[in-house]
Amino acid sequence: MARFILRRLVQMLFVMFAVSVLVFLIFNVMPNSDPAVRMAGRQASESTIEAIRKEWGFNDSLPQQYITTMEKVLTGDLKSQFTQLSVGEEILKGIPRTFSLAVGAALLWMFVAVCFGLYSAVKAGRFADRFLTIIALIGISMPVFWIGALMNHYLGFKLGWFPNGGYVEFTENPFDWFYHLILPWTALAILFIGFYSRVLRSNVLDTINEDYVRTARAKGLSERQILLRHVLRNSMIPIVTLWGLDFGAVLGGAAILTETVFDLQGVGQYAADSISQLDVPPVLAVTLFSAFFIVALNAVVDILYAFLDPRIRFQ
Amino acid sequence: MATEPALEQTLQGPAAWEQEAEREHVHGVGPWRLGLRRLRRNKVAIAFGVLFILLVLACVAAPLWADRVAKTTATENHLSDTITVDGKKVNVVALDGVPIGPQWFKADGKFFLGADPNGRDIMVRLLYGGRNSLMIGIAAALLTTILSIVFGVVAGYFRGWSDTIIRAGLDVIWSFPVVILGVALGVALALGGLKIGPIEISGDSLLVPILIIGVVYVPYMARPIRGQVLSLREKEFVEASRAQGAGPLRIMFTEVVPNLTSTLLVFFTLLIANAILLEAALSFLGAGVRPPNPSWGTMIDEGIDRIATAPHLTIVPGLMLVLTVLSLNVFGDGVRDALDPRAKVRLER
Repeated sequence: MARFILRRLVQMLFVMFAVSVLVFLIFNVMPNSDPAVRMAGRQASESTIEAIRKEWGFNDSLPQQYITTMEKVLTGDLKSQFTQLSVGEEILKGIPRTFSLAVGAALLWMFVAVCFGLYSAVKAGRFADRFLTIIALIGISMPVFWIGALMNHYLGFKLGWFPNGGYVEFTENPFDWFYHLILPWTALAILFIGFYSRVLRSNVLDTINEDYVRTARAKGLSERQILLRHVLRNSMIPIVTLWGLDFGAVLGGAAILTETVFDLQGVGQYAADSISQLDVPPVLAVTLFSAFFIVALNAVVDILYAFLDPRIRFQ
Repeated sequence: MATEPALEQTLQGPAAWEQEAEREHVHGVGPWRLGLRRLRRNKVAIAFGVLFILLVLACVAAPLWADRVAKTTATENHLSDTITVDGKKVNVVALDGVPIGPQWFKADGKFFLGADPNGRDIMVRLLYGGRNSLMIGIAAALLTTILSIVFGVVAGYFRGWSDTIIRAGLDVIWSFPVVILGVALGVALALGGLKIGPIEISGDSLLVPILIIGVVYVPYMARPIRGQVLSLREKEFVEASRAQGAGPLRIMFTEVVPNLTSTLLVFFTLLIANAILLEAALSFLGAGVRPPNPSWGTMIDEGIDRIATAPHLTIVPGLMLVLTVLSLNVFGDGVRDALDPRAKVRLER
């Protein structure tokens, strides 16, 4: 087991290194104009560009440039080109907000998707199944920022049922925190509910024909026990993997659209707000941050799996 | 049985089967014909497939509507113009800056779906924007498919070190959330565009979003393809081809790729849907289509700023986009069920 964990962690470090190289290539080496001009953003003066060239060492060799860039990112020395605020601090400020969004949405989409998927599979081919399938397909076909903006406008602004965007610290007022997050959670969950419920439905339909389910039925277990104990448990395995990855992605800022449309000021929105100025350092840092997060969580999920299923250790 | 009619016994073996087949009109039915038959029975999928074609045709016919009905262009402003609705003169954009809502045919089809704050005709912009969105979606899906075939087939067929390298590369791209990687590439390409040798793409060209979206989805398609190729390469027909002296390239193109067709077809449909969604997301964030060009994404983005006074600016392009993506998703689902109901062809993490 220890060997497996060690191997997996070493592998993780390799992927992180490769990820950082790709980010470096995207922002510093992309073959178009002068990287210093790109880094300086829109309408930069000649002296700023020259200062950036010196600061980032764009005249050095590529490996040296890579080291300079990563040093700046990892030591928290990175500053926004536009506001001059420390990128690291801004990301740290965004983390609790993004975390709040991710936790609630992930619980919501998992719970609803399991209900929908199980019900859909039990009623396979009948009206309820078809109806839920269409609903799920509509869910995955809607841009999240569009449905989010509509919810914000109609449920928040017009009807006044919910606050119109914004975020309240949990420590400040837990009720307001919850109240402000209901719409973002729902908007973000819709897409995943559509996707997960369909995956779960097909998994349940596969599992239902297994021998051990027939055995359970032959033992005289109630249909409810069979479904919850034998079928659902085994159909959940692939879903839980997916869930871990998607949860990690949302934590890493992948919910950039939801955060922006509800003005949550999370990690993703920090990157989104920097786009219009073409402010490269925040975008670079968030890109790296989210990929690192996913790679790390991926390793954690794999290790947890190895605990649960010993076969994986020897693959 | 001894009492069996003598007639049935006049021919034996393959000859008898042949005769029987001819008598009963039993023809071999290929997988494609079977698939088509199953697809035709799925009325919902067919209906949505037709809907998609209609939406595409409507966008292709955009100049017809612009010239004949709306008599304007996608970028022409009518800030201080008036139109005649039911005999009364109405400002296209009211004095407080609120544009008119949908007029349907009250003004002879002008401002059918209303105007935006610059007095531009939403219907015309919607159709021209649809051209861009659809073009980006289809071109990006095509790019993803081609790259995925190359990487997936090479990795799966040759295995060994080429597989290791390609797989590692795909894993790295896969580690980024799609939207974040799209934003990163969008920001990096926005100022200078792309220059690789003789190829030059300017920063506000439509090729930039196509390229970005085409690249970020590659791992999601190349990995399943690689898996299929791994099992296909062990099949007898590949061995037979190899025994006949066919080289790797020939085997890949005449034996392996044709057997991937149904997977590719389903993936291609779902990819267009996802590419259109990603285009909208990137445009909303300001890292996709550049503003003078209309696209559904930029239209929604412009609409959200005005949602309080003119919600139709958000609703109209959004509905159009949802209809298009939904029709592709339902149709793609139907095609998958028809070709191979057990296949799990999905775009997933």
